[in-house]
Amino acid sequence: MGAGHAHRLYRHGHSPVHGLPPHTKLAAVLAFVVVVVSTPREAMWAFGLYAVLLGLVARHARVPAGFLLKRLLIEVPFVAFAVLMPFVAEGERVDVLGLSLSVNGLWGAWNVLAKGTLGVAASVLLASTTELRELLLGLQRLRLPPLLVQIASFMIRYGDVITDEMRRMRVARESRGFEARGLRHWGVLAKSAGALFIRSYERGERVHLAMISRGYAGSVPVIDEVTASRAQWSYALALPFAALLVCVLGWSL
Amino acid sequence: MHVPDGFINAPTSAVTGVVAAGAIAVSLRGARRELDDRTAPLAGLVAAFIFAVQMLNFPVAAGTSGHLLGGALAAILVGPYTGVLCVSVVLLMQGILFADGGLTALGVNITDMAIVTTVVSYAVFRGLVKVLPRGRRSITVASFVAAVLSVPAAAVAFTLIYWIGGTTDVAIGKVATAMIGVHVLIGIGEAVITALTVGAVVAVRPDLVHGARDLRQKLRLRVHGELVDAPAADGTPAGARTAPVAARTSRRTLWVTGLVTSLVLAGFVSFYASANPDGLEKVAADKGIDKKTEEHASSDSPLADYGVKDVTNARLSGGLAGVIGVGTTVVAGSAVFWAVRRRRTGDDVSPTAVENV
Repeated sequence: MGAGHAHRLYRHGHSPVHGLPPHTKLAAVLAFVVVVVSTPREAMWAFGLYAVLLGLVARHARVPAGFLLKRLLIEVPFVAFAVLMPFVAEGERVDVLGLSLSVNGLWGAWNVLAKGTLGVAASVLLASTTELRELLLGLQRLRLPPLLVQIASFMIRYGDVITDEMRRMRVARESRGFEARGLRHWGVLAKSAGALFIRSYERGERVHLAMISRGYAGSVPVIDEVTASRAQWSYALALPFAALLVCVLGWSL
Repeated sequence: MHVPDGFINAPTSAVTGVVAAGAIAVSLRGARRELDDRTAPLAGLVAAFIFAVQMLNFPVAAGTSGHLLGGALAAILVGPYTGVLCVSVVLLMQGILFADGGLTALGVNITDMAIVTTVVSYAVFRGLVKVLPRGRRSITVASFVAAVLSVPAAAVAFTLIYWIGGTTDVAIGKVATAMIGVHVLIGIGEAVITALTVGAVVAVRPDLVHGARDLRQKLRLRVHGELVDAPAADGTPAGARTAPVAARTSRRTLWVTGLVTSLVLAGFVSFYASANPDGLEKVAADKGIDKKTEEHASSDSPLADYGVKDVTNARLSGGLAGVIGVGTTVVAGSAVFWAVRRRRTGDDVSPTAVENV
């Protein structure tokens, strides 16, 4: 565990996109994805334009294309699903290379692939230009319930600790010759999970006591309030507004 | 089952988003009652635990492996409200950080993976714990059944959402068959691991298992050779144990008969009742798709024998849907019962304690 301060997807940098206040970025990504999802699937060129827009953002953020494409691999299970769609969907059929495919299914597959990929790419860009702590501050600034933000921040902060705890247990198991091979070994894994739960819960209790002894009374004080100037907002919202323009064109054409 | 963007249309996503937000608001209040000011650190740590456990792969067979979803586990270990919160936070973070599940589909994901799994599994679990004899073994059995039902229930919820707002018109029967078929298998794995995990925790720290609070014995001290009740240290668990015994037995028989009858009716009678295609299939037929489907089913498409598959599975899925329907009904019924009881007993008794009565 070399990195305790950034998550795996974060890519350190000093680009203008990195420097934007987190809540503007969150709002921009959310608005962008909403616009993308509400675009009609028949307007294929619109999705191309969206991809160009995201490419511009990536360029500004100095996120290399290879990095972005590698992160897109998380989508693979859905690609498999989308490939199945033309075979199982209903409606009119066309013959492509000797296979009978459903027209609707092809449209549906395209729809999921295009919108899903754009959504994943937008999230990846957000995650690779925003630190965890900033993300949480941004969520708080966007008026997510404070308790939820606290829970999320504890989850993030202790996620590594708990994962490490689990890794140590695995090392302990393996150094005693255990290797999970099949059904018979589920019991051992489940006992590990049980032990992990007890350890997590007890750690939670200790954390709570430590917090109380430092004056915790139900809310965490906000030390660094993030604010955004009008210029920063308009810079961040340039993406969704450009996308909105494309979307409106897509509906009217 | 993380739904990506563009899979469900915008209006349905918005509606599920509202549902999810409402459920989270309710859970925030409920969790504060379950954990008071310990909510943030404990729920956070449990969410981290769920997150870690989802990485724990268990080998299934021939090199494949599955992983835990954790909804049922969270509900049984820390209670339904905290469970909903933990799984929702995990999903939120997965969506924002790891791009796993679309941002616009967050409402869909939270509704079917956090809310449905947690609520169904907890309702089934509580029902079974009341029915079965008191003991550690019945906790394990109950958590097995709860988890085994929770995963297909989520699949059913997803199918419903897809039916309402799916962007592709794959016949709903096919979606249901595929989703439920796969998730019954996943559910079995989930159930075994959940039951064993809950069993392991109950064996070591039964006080930590929210669902097994009834098993706790009253603390008694031996003073001058005779057992005396220890004075309650704080009010929270004491209220749960001062329940009148007579009421418990009568209510338990009620639960037994009700649950068993409805399960039998739903699971087995509907299994044998109709050889016709089930309701969802019929909807697809009514929409006028069925003529074409029939033609194509007999054509040279690689999935030509879906028709046969559908007929054999229609009964099974009907029975299953019945059982899940019972689960949902139990939830609704308990909710009403719960609300009425709460009003009657007043505000000072927490609802979790009332439920024990």
